[in-house]
Amino acid sequence: MSYSEFLAEYGGRLLDGAAVTAQQTLLAILVAVSIAVLMGLMRLAQNPLPRGLATAYIEIFRGTSLLVQLFWIFFVLPLFGITLEKFTAGFIAVGMNLGAYGAEVVRGAIQSVPRGQYEAALALNMSPLVRMRRIIFPQALLLMLPPWGNLLIELLKGTALVALISVSDLMFEAKQINGSTFLSVEAFGSALVIYYVMARLVITPAMRALERFAARRLGRT
Amino acid sequence: MFDWRWDFTFEILPRLLLATLNTLLAAGIGYLIALFVGLLFALAQRTPYGLVNRAMRELVEFIRSTPLVLQIFFVFYVGPQFGIRLSPWASGMIAIGLHYAAYLSEVYRAGIEAVPRGQWEACKALNLGARRTYFGIIIPQALPASLPGMGNYLVGIFKDTPMLSVIGVAELMHTANALGSETYRFLEPYTLVGVIFLMISLPTAAGLRLFEAWVRRRLGLTRSP
Repeated sequence: MSYSEFLAEYGGRLLDGAAVTAQQTLLAILVAVSIAVLMGLMRLAQNPLPRGLATAYIEIFRGTSLLVQLFWIFFVLPLFGITLEKFTAGFIAVGMNLGAYGAEVVRGAIQSVPRGQYEAALALNMSPLVRMRRIIFPQALLLMLPPWGNLLIELLKGTALVALISVSDLMFEAKQINGSTFLSVEAFGSALVIYYVMARLVITPAMRALERFAARRLGRT
Repeated sequence: MFDWRWDFTFEILPRLLLATLNTLLAAGIGYLIALFVGLLFALAQRTPYGLVNRAMRELVEFIRSTPLVLQIFFVFYVGPQFGIRLSPWASGMIAIGLHYAAYLSEVYRAGIEAVPRGQWEACKALNLGARRTYFGIIIPQALPASLPGMGNYLVGIFKDTPMLSVIGVAELMHTANALGSETYRFLEPYTLVGVIFLMISLPTAAGLRLFEAWVRRRLGLTRSP
């Protein structure tokens, strides 16, 4: 079977899988960004309770493997009465894992905003909430976008693991096709190329555009 | 807690701890491959041949932006298509070693680029060859800047070893899966795997921070606060 015949036969299934991977990625990004902002801010709180909770969350999710977390959420959580469908369990696990890494990025970026900005906001009598929302966070956003670009590629790669709980994503389809045809180079090779295209030709340019947009909004260009 | 059974916990713990040794072994071998091949990847992007540099750059990007679990499958299944049979361990070590080599090459690259230009110029002025320039002058100075990244990826490779279970390497996750399907109890095996990972990765990360600080002190690189 030539490669063009392979694509004619199985290309559609790979693209279906890629669509599921894209859905998983987008939903996991939503989870990851929400958790990262929440946990990142909690880490900077004065009150030791939220600070401790956020630290525990970050250490647990960064200290163990995504695969372990995924299996735990999918196989063990039902024992506590929380049963998630495999599709939901997939993006939640990936999002929670990357959210822990993102929280450190958020924290680092907020701490990198020059002290003078805090003092100026204080001098202008802004409330802490307004200060964070109008002054600190927009500037931190600009600093955190480049590391987020890397994290999102990690996140995309992380979604490949949901195939192991039988979500029919790109990885899953590649494995199925390999199982029925034994054309491993074609099946896995094509999937690798599709992941590469998603990472380098979608995520990276999109993040660059976002960085430029944010810089323009802050008048930094 | 809910349904937790301690007798079952102590029954499976020995098997899990034994499998932990395999996990550590896999992480260790993979890391050694990555340390070495990563250096090759980094140096191969600094050859006098533009085309080679560009091709290596693209290869590293490719490895870095595709999922490790897919690469593991690729290495494991592609061999037999051409009549080469690799054991799960061999293909796992190749896949995870190359994956982290790509990451480490970026760490090395950043370290090499952080060495001041004057050092390169001095090497040129002293007419040192490429080998002595790199191994005598540049790499020893690039190393301290690379240490934090190298440490992070040591912990990273350890945390990625569960993916080797997909091709049947008998590491921790594989053993937990087996225990789960033998006994239909998932709570204890998966939770214990998580706890074992935490108990190894957290102290290792802390130890690495101390080691970096020690190296920086030894080299007189600590900034005065």
